[in-house]
Amino acid sequence: MIALDNVSKHFTSKRGTHHVLSDVSLTIDEGQFVCLLGPSGCGKSTLLNLIAGLDTPDQGTLAIDGKPIAGPGPDRSVMFQDSALFPWLSVRRNVDFGLELAGFRDKDERASRVETFLKKVQLWRFRDAYVHELSGGMKQRVALARALAPDPRVLLMDEPFAALDAQTRDVLHVELTEIWRATRKTVVFVTHNVREAVRLGDRVVLMATRPGRVKLDEPIALARPRTNEGDVAHYVGRIMKELRTEVEKVMREEIDDAWQPAPGAVPGSSSSGVGGGI
Amino acid sequence: MLAVGALLIGWACISRFGPWPRYMLPGPGGVALSLGHSLRTGELGRAVATSLYRLFAGYAMSSAAGITLGVMLARLSWLRAAVGPLVVGLQALPSICWLPLALLWFGLSEKAILFVVVMGSLLSITIATESAVRAVPTMYIRAARTMGARRLRLYTRVILPAALPGIVTGLKLGWTFAWRSLMAGELLYVAGGLGQLLTLGRELGDMAKVMSVMVVIVILGLGFERILFGNVEKRVRERWGYAQAEAA
Ligand SMILES: Nc1ncnc2c1ncn2[C@@H]1O[C@H](COP(=O)(O)OP(=O)(O)O)[C@@H](O)[C@H]1O
Ligand SMILES: [Mg+2]
Repeated sequence: MIALDNVSKHFTSKRGTHHVLSDVSLTIDEGQFVCLLGPSGCGKSTLLNLIAGLDTPDQGTLAIDGKPIAGPGPDRSVMFQDSALFPWLSVRRNVDFGLELAGFRDKDERASRVETFLKKVQLWRFRDAYVHELSGGMKQRVALARALAPDPRVLLMDEPFAALDAQTRDVLHVELTEIWRATRKTVVFVTHNVREAVRLGDRVVLMATRPGRVKLDEPIALARPRTNEGDVAHYVGRIMKELRTEVEKVMREEIDDAWQPAPGAVPGSSSSGVGGGI
Repeated sequence: MLAVGALLIGWACISRFGPWPRYMLPGPGGVALSLGHSLRTGELGRAVATSLYRLFAGYAMSSAAGITLGVMLARLSWLRAAVGPLVVGLQALPSICWLPLALLWFGLSEKAILFVVVMGSLLSITIATESAVRAVPTMYIRAARTMGARRLRLYTRVILPAALPGIVTGLKLGWTFAWRSLMAGELLYVAGGLGQLLTLGRELGDMAKVMSVMVVIVILGLGFERILFGNVEKRVRERWGYAQAEAA
């Protein structure tokens, strides 16, 4: 179980102090698939980095099974929007390197794990390719294999499919769901896309912005695989309403104080980046 | 090949019909004869061996030290603040200017010439490494940290490989500088080597000898650059994904 208790975080820059997270409390059960949703800039990545142990909170505590998070650890794997694969290593060596760093000493065991997981993401054929030879979707698959291979308990994903085209993203949603159903890892999946969140998560946590805190915590009681667009749309509509006020808040601050939403110009229309494209 | 042929013919014509007497500007034939002669006596072989030994020894030292220093400068801000400007300043100093100091410190010895070679290439390798390491995308470092890389392994397995394209460029530049520094040093002061053979040729008034040694210097410089670097730089940049970024 991951427990966040009154977590606050601020950044200080030349333009002043920016309170990114304010008193965020959240518990995530073992094996749960949680989607962390919010407009960009609301502190989703900051929160994920805290769980990953890449950063430390100003206040509050983060713990996994009661043990405080003191840094990165092999119990948690992270996937970024940018695959962050190492271009100097082949596909196979990238996955192998992750295993090596996670403390797998036995070369034969590593080799067989690499094979298993590259097959799982259907890229075994490309095992000797280099990163520059892969498409965006293939890169994220390798990154997924690299994240899963050391058998972490928690998978932290920071908008991993945001840069992909809609078709590729669709396929990866199905594959990720399958993998999750087979392995039952705890997943924290960050996204700014409502439809993606509803489609993937057991639970959608909507973050409010400035300062970031939990605004809505909604269980998604839909059977998987979630192919029925009607059911998904029902949740999307409800969460979208809440998200809309947050997006407006950001717009107003980022663009101009006098900004007023034009009718229909706010997310909700399917062409907008927040909900559409799936 | 065609260009080389044209060059040789042009050279032969100028030497034969040009305004200078033959002994001042010998033609390709004379130079080739002289080259054959110094090969047979073993004089050229010895000089090449001496020069190459100095070059490789000095270059190995400056590569190892330059990469280490460059990484340290990139990652330790206090060190950068302390010696960064000094490194940039000294790099502007032609390395041969170190020769007087080297002779005072080490006497007329191998050490003095090695020092000049090292000073010629060290700082360009250092500066290239520093900027390459500083340009390593933080994404790689963060990903490696989440995977469990720390300390030495983070440097040897992630930061250095990520910075390799820039480091290779620095090493290539350093190689050129090392070669030039060595020739300047040998020409001016130190015993043995190709530079001294040049001086000898001048003292004897033997222009064919001087030119044959120059030809050897060019061939060695280019040849080793090809062997050592070839298209390594291009291939590395391609694989690291820098080639596409530049083309875009
Ligand atoms: N290292 C940092 N230094 C200063 N400001 C930061 C830093 N990281 C994030 N921020 C700021 O914190 C806010 C939240 O960032 P982030 O967590 O990346 O948002 P999200 O992932 O939801 O888009 C942004 O306004 C961003 O500018
Ligand atoms: Mg983010």
